[in-house]
Parts: sequence; C-alpha cells; structure tokens
Amino acid sequence: MAQTKRSMLIDPLVDNNPITLQVLGICSALAVTSSLQVALVMSIAVTLVTGFSSMFISMLRNHIPGAIRIIVQMVIIASLVIVVDQVLKAYAYEISKTLSVFVGLIITNCIVMGRAEAFAMKNPPVASFIDGVGNGLGYGLILMLVGFIRELFGAGSLFGITVLPTVNNDGWYVPNGMLLLPPSAFFIIGLLIWAFRTWKPEQVEEREYKIQVVDAH
Amino acid sequence: MGLRNFFDRIEPYFVKGGKYEKLFPVYEMVESFIYTPKTVTTAAPHARSYVDMKRIMTYVVIATIPCILIGLYNVGFQVNSAIATYGASGWRAWIIEALGIGFNPANPFANFMHGLLYFLPIYITTLVVGGIWEVLFATVRGHEVNEGFLVTSMLFALILPPSAPLWQVALGISFGVVIGKEVFGGTGKNFLNPALTGRAFLYFAYPAQMSGDTIWTPVDGFSGATALSVGSSDGYLQLAAHGMTWFDSFIGIIQGSIGETSTLACMIGLAFLLITKIANWHLVVGCLGGMIAFSTLLNLIGSDTNPMFAMPWYWHLVVGGYAFGLVFMVTEPVSASHTNLGRYIYGALIGFMVVMIRVINPAFPEGMMLAILFGNVFAPLIDYFVVQANIKRRAKRNA
Repeated sequence: MAQTKRSMLIDPLVDNNPITLQVLGICSALAVTSSLQVALVMSIAVTLVTGFSSMFISMLRNHIPGAIRIIVQMVIIASLVIVVDQVLKAYAYEISKTLSVFVGLIITNCIVMGRAEAFAMKNPPVASFIDGVGNGLGYGLILMLVGFIRELFGAGSLFGITVLPTVNNDGWYVPNGMLLLPPSAFFIIGLLIWAFRTWKPEQVEEREYKIQVVDAH
Repeated sequence: MGLRNFFDRIEPYFVKGGKYEKLFPVYEMVESFIYTPKTVTTAAPHARSYVDMKRIMTYVVIATIPCILIGLYNVGFQVNSAIATYGASGWRAWIIEALGIGFNPANPFANFMHGLLYFLPIYITTLVVGGIWEVLFATVRGHEVNEGFLVTSMLFALILPPSAPLWQVALGISFGVVIGKEVFGGTGKNFLNPALTGRAFLYFAYPAQMSGDTIWTPVDGFSGATALSVGSSDGYLQLAAHGMTWFDSFIGIIQGSIGETSTLACMIGLAFLLITKIANWHLVVGCLGGMIAFSTLLNLIGSDTNPMFAMPWYWHLVVGGYAFGLVFMVTEPVSASHTNLGRYIYGALIGFMVVMIRVINPAFPEGMMLAILFGNVFAPLIDYFVVQANIKRRAKRNA
C-alpha cells in the first residue's frame, strides 16, 4: 500500500469522506443529529465499531472462507455493537434512550460493512484499524457539523446549553422548527457536499452525458 | 432611440473580454427587459414565436392582478373590521391616521390602502432578497436573469399570511429561490415550484407564524379561523354560522393568505391564461376532475366522526388555496408533466391529493401546497410512463 498511516487517518475526513463523497451512512446522519450530544455519542460509537471491527476482520481475513465472509463480518460487527449498546445503557442511559434503535442499526451502517469489505479484507490489522478509525472520524465530523447547525438554529442551544435564548423562554430567537425534523439534515448534508466540492473540485463526478453543440447549417 | 444607443455604447464593457464581463447577466437582464432580445436560436430544429419566456412570465404576473386587488381589499377589510373591536396599533395605523383615511370597513378605499400597507413590505422583501440571490447566481454561474423570478416573487408574496414577519419572508424566498430552483440550474430546470418550496419551508420551520387562527388578520387579540379549519372542526354546514357563506368564499371576503382567498379573481386570471394559451387546459381539467371525483366519492362514503367527509366539491373549490394553486401553480409549465395524457394524470393526482390531505389527514388543514409539491415530484415519472407506453404502442403497430 502506497498510503501512509497518516493519510489513512486524515483522508476520510475531507478528501474521501464517507458521507459527503461516498454517500454512505446517510440514514443515521438524518436521525441522530438533532442535538450535538447525541451526535457526539453516535460518532464515538461508530468510530469504535468501525475501527475494531476492521481490525478483527483483518486479523481473521486469511481464515474467512470467501463464500460466507459477509456473515462472518456481520457476526463480528454485531458483537461489537452489542458491547457498545450495553456500555451506553449502563453509563449513559438517557442518551441511549434517545439513540434508541440507531445504536443497533450501526450493524447495518454501510460505512462499517464498506470498510470491512473494501479495506480490512485485504490489509493487515494495524492499517485496517487506522482506516476504520479514520472513516469513523470522517463520519463523526459530518455528524457534528450537521448537529451543530441543527441544534444551534433549531433549538438555540449547543450541547444543551442555551446560546440563542428562544422566544418561548423570553428570549429573542425564533427557533426554526424544520431543523428539528429529520428531512432538514438532507438539505444540510446536500449543502455540505456542495461546499466540499466547491472547495475540492476534484470530488465532482464527471457528467454522465455531454451536451453536443451542433453547428448551424 | 437614445436608450438603444446607450445600451449599444455600454455593451462592449459587458461582453466577453470587456471590463465588467462578469456582470453581463445583469446587463442582459436590464437590456432584454426593455428591448426584445437580439440573440435568436440558429440551430435547427426550432419554431420561432413571439411568445418567448419573457412574455409568458409577464402574462402570468398580469394574470395575478385580480388576485392582488381583491387580496388587498380583503386584507384591509378584515383588519379594519377587527380594529372596530380591538383597536388599532402599530406603524400602519399611524400612517393611516396621518393620511386621514380612517378605519371604516365600509369604505373600500380605506380597506384597499390598509391592505396595501400589509402587502407592500412583504412584496418588496421578496423582490429584493430573491433578486439578490437570482443576480448572484446568474453572475457566478453565467446564466441569464429572467422574468421567472418576477412570477416567483409575486406568487410567493400572495400565498403568505398578511402577518408574516419580514425576516421570515426573506428566509422563505431565499430557500425557495436557492434550494427550489438555483441548485438545479435555474429557471427551466426546477422540478419543484420555487414559490411553494419557500412556502413549505416556512410552514414547517415556523408553524406558529404560518398556521393557526390568529395570523390571518394581523390585529392584536383577534382570532379568526379559516374556512378550512372551521370545516374540519364543525363541518361545512356550520360555516354560515361563522359568517362565511359560499358566496363570500367565492368572492374572497374570508380569512386566508393575502392573495388566495378569492376564487373569482383566480378564475379571471385563469381565463386570461387560457385565452393567451399560457396555461395548459389539460392540467386544469385533470386537477378539477381529480378533486371533484374524489370529494364526491368521500361524500358518498360519509363519516360520523370526520365532518370534512361531507364537504362537497363546490366548497373545496372556494376554500383554502385550491383555486389559487390550480390557476398559478398546477399550470406552471416547468414543474408539470409535459405530455398531454401525463397532464391529465398529473392534474388528477394533485386534485386527489388535495382532498386526501384536507379530509383524511388531520395534521394539515390545507393540502394544496403539499399536493402540488407531491405532484411536482411525480411529474417526470408520469411522463416517463406515458412516453414508454407510446413507444410500445407504436412498436406493436409497426411490427
């Protein structure tokens, strides 16, 4: 691999971000970003699961039969998710209630499976671990950005601390109710993708068609 | 022809290579607003017509004039009637008093002026804020500023409640123009109606200022339900008890958004659009047919708990934004279907969805906005199937 360990960690943040470039893991990004605290916990959970599942799968990669590899990967990922879920229930019960089913759904998060298939099955454990953590962080970065916008403008607070006092509490800020609804994350992620691609034009895909200019006769 | 000379003289500054080439869209906007565009299509195949986009858009704006006039009168009438009980306050009352017009609801001129004081700030805000976005995108993307924007801003202003705070108006038109239109490439490439996109954004973002009983007449302490919310809570037969006859609704002297209360005004606009062939009659027929058929079906089914089931089609026609949406939004050529059969289906789908949302979904008293946006999303799919069916039929015939 020509990639250095450093670039494995840094690349998924912007240049190869799992959400904005690969467009994976959108579902949970819509569901858990209405407050920063929840988004942060979710980011940490996904980062840990992606990192460790990649590492374990990479350790076993030479022993996993190709025909049943997906099932084996699922077993490893599911075990890790159960650990995360139990830890959350034990130490952060309130947040685990807010996250509800979405912790369990990390199992089906495309980023985890995607990194296992695309990277961990072909690379040694340490590199796989770093790659998994890098992608988890890239996912977390977008989650935190979306969560920041949604909580700040939707509820006037950050991490539950009031920043913009809302009119309901005798403040001046009229909260934007749409930002608390999941569809708003679509708009925000779309705008983020737009911003990323304006910043890094090489991320823009080629057009699927070309408009031909025909000369007049 | 001094003006023409002026344009010819300054044109070199704006064309490619000129000093202000980046500002060409702005130059083009002003020039083509005053004169017919000089550039014509040269590549075949094409048909030349004087009905260009500019004329289409200008005609739509002209068609809204009856709605604006009745809307202004109605807003003023509702406000002046409420002031008789609750008293006047605010800068508008101050201006009215300074001009010595008074608050008599029986005086059409006083009503009209008072309505104007509510409509103008909203309209100017949409024009300025929307215009800034439009010119910004035109300059950066290098496309032309065109008159579609005038239509969007006019329609957007007319579908707002008169009490809408101006910063929300600005936010709504920004969302409508940027997300509803410009991100997809500008006028002609928007698959959603930009004005409705902005309105939907405001509806979900600020429900307190965009729905309820207190917003339609902006007088402190006054509360007046719209015909639809009375209809859904008490049934349409009770509307008369709330002072709303069918004829009032038809003329447009009821609670509602600025320009969409009057079915009569919308019908005048529709007649104008149909005669000038700007609006496509297939869409209108489809939308009316879908609404009438489904509301009649619901009348026949009936319901003991939901009084909206009993509302007949001629009431659906005159309450809420149905007529306005039918005339100015369903017929919008860009976001509608483009095949004739598709237009019937598209219209019928919207007509069906309006009644569906109004009657069966308790969360939203009004369904026209959501129904049209829903139809917009389906329009390309409908066209696809119509075209595929045609291809199959022809293949079979020529096999």
